[in-house]
Amino acid sequence: MLTLRGISKRFGAVQALKDFDLEVHAGEVVALVGDNGAGKSTAVKSIAGVNPPDEGVIEWQGRAVSINRPHDAQNLGIATVYQDLALCDNLDVVGNLFLGRELRRFGVLDEVRMEQRSRELLDTLSIRIPSVRIPVASLSGGQRQTVAIARSLIGDPKVVILDEPTAALGVEQTAEVLDLVERLRDHGLGTILISHNMVDVMAVADRIAVMRLGRNNGFFDKRSTTTEEIISAITGATDSAVTRRQARKREEER
Amino acid sequence: MRRDRAAGDAAAQEPAHDAMPAVDSRLLVREEGLRGYLQEFSRKLRSGELGSLPVVVAVIIIWTVFGSLDSTFLSAQNLSDLSQQIVGTGMIAVGIVFVLLLGEIDLSVGSVSGLCAAIFAVLNVLNGMNEWLALLVALAGGAVVGLIHGFFFAKVGVPAFVVTLAGNLAWNGLMLQVLGSSGTVNIPSESIVSKLYSTIFHSPAAAYVTAAVGVGLFLAASLLDARRRQAARVPFRPVAEIVLRTAVIAALAFVAAYILNRYQGLPLALLVFLILLVVLDFVLRRTTYGRRIFAVGGNIEGARRAGISVPFVRMTVFSISGLMAAVGGIFLAGQIQSASQTSGGGNLLMNVIAAAVIGGTSLFGGRGSVWSALLGALVIGSIQSGMNIMGVSNAVQFMITGSVLLAAVVVDSLSRRSQKAAGRA
Repeated sequence: MLTLRGISKRFGAVQALKDFDLEVHAGEVVALVGDNGAGKSTAVKSIAGVNPPDEGVIEWQGRAVSINRPHDAQNLGIATVYQDLALCDNLDVVGNLFLGRELRRFGVLDEVRMEQRSRELLDTLSIRIPSVRIPVASLSGGQRQTVAIARSLIGDPKVVILDEPTAALGVEQTAEVLDLVERLRDHGLGTILISHNMVDVMAVADRIAVMRLGRNNGFFDKRSTTTEEIISAITGATDSAVTRRQARKREEER
Repeated sequence: MRRDRAAGDAAAQEPAHDAMPAVDSRLLVREEGLRGYLQEFSRKLRSGELGSLPVVVAVIIIWTVFGSLDSTFLSAQNLSDLSQQIVGTGMIAVGIVFVLLLGEIDLSVGSVSGLCAAIFAVLNVLNGMNEWLALLVALAGGAVVGLIHGFFFAKVGVPAFVVTLAGNLAWNGLMLQVLGSSGTVNIPSESIVSKLYSTIFHSPAAAYVTAAVGVGLFLAASLLDARRRQAARVPFRPVAEIVLRTAVIAALAFVAAYILNRYQGLPLALLVFLILLVVLDFVLRRTTYGRRIFAVGGNIEGARRAGISVPFVRMTVFSISGLMAAVGGIFLAGQIQSASQTSGGGNLLMNVIAAAVIGGTSLFGGRGSVWSALLGALVIGSIQSGMNIMGVSNAVQFMITGSVLLAAVVVDSLSRRSQKAAGRA
């Protein structure tokens, strides 16, 4: 559904991304892993339109698109949940879910329909929060994360990008969020999951893309790989057969 | 009000949603009926959601104290006068409420109110411009001044505090310039500005009809909302609760109308103020624009990512503050029937900020309502009126008003702290 080919991005003297490739299909969770500074965030920002790439092609449903602003990504159907969630603590759950996309009736906020749709959405995702009318400030970290993810779904996106959704959460809350990620897959969405936590990644991801120093360092299928293999790819102890083959292919093309 | 409804959610969830999972025992469940209401109330108090409770308590204390010291304080005449006197301060405080909702401050409203009064007086009285046109120019002037503050704050990035402090001095200077050598311009009592302040509907029906219309609208809106919610199968407020709320509002409205009628009747200024409050409350709570103001006050980055134009919200809010300062300035000019070099000076700025904060609008942004302008202005006005009756000197009045402002800010900070502890901020 979403394909990135040869994405490069340079910030001054730093080559943050170099020939980066990534592919996401519908109903698939792709984990993007790598050490700090490996370029995960830059890759995500280039998809989300925050930092448009210098080079490379982004293909959306088979045709090349240019994503220059966050708005472009949203219009295509790419939703991003950032690590800091960006929820408004003083607004209630409904207010946050529909922020910037409020439903109106005769020019006035249609609270009833928004509340109804919020409940439906939260029910479909089996998200349990005390009430959709309490300020987000009073929710737990996990609940806030689920609200942030639910918010990204309001615009009916095809691909959801989750930036470190479990980094700040406890065991129980992490389980809640991972359940939610699986439900996204069940609903046919493509999900890009950025995570440091190998356990989480192995639990929900279908494919794992490893990044190292701004480049791809292998794609792994979860069923045929081990945590050790991925970690060695992250740390660069081994470079994988996959990357070798890709590198060779690229040489041949040239 | 929205939050109260929220509390009812958990309790009403089960009948409305058969498919809902079993209610988690750790979640808030409000018991039905009066008992549940009281429980909810005490839980809110403990977690620091004080709302307008401190200010209501303050009004009761102030009125009891001054009433027992001097019986003229609670006379129909004094209370009627009070209802007129608070309008100027209250109008300006409404603008401050908007700015505080963003978590910012506007220190220029005093000068701006004086400037706009001077613009009207000079254009209409000295230059003979049509009074409606002059009024329009004065109000537009206030909005433009606010827009200028907003531009420097939102687009250039200068802290609002500094921009408006500079504005405070600069607009005061412009006012002196506009007034010129004359210094004071008297506004004739048949001028629209004077009439706006001093007109009183002497017929007792006016006050009662106004009260009835207000209460009726509230009841109708609540019932319609409840019916739509019921039809949409989302939690709604039971009819008994709506009736109870309406009864409280009706009692307040009709007692106020009765007191006003015992003196001269319903002042036009108060009516204008109340209508404006209803309209602006609607704008804040029921429109996309109002939601955006709250969002920017709650989390700027969050608002920006949601596609809200933060500079637009900031500039328009400062413009509203300037406009409301102009409206307040016009009413204050009508009150003293002149625009002079002291217009908008003195402790006006302190009073309007105090009014907004005392009324329960947080200095930290994102929390508050325009009604706090009314309640706060009532507290400040009552203290001043009471002290004037008692013959307390200006020196003492300043100190007491300052202390009241400090007390209000302390309550705001403490309630925010306990809200944080209870996970609500």
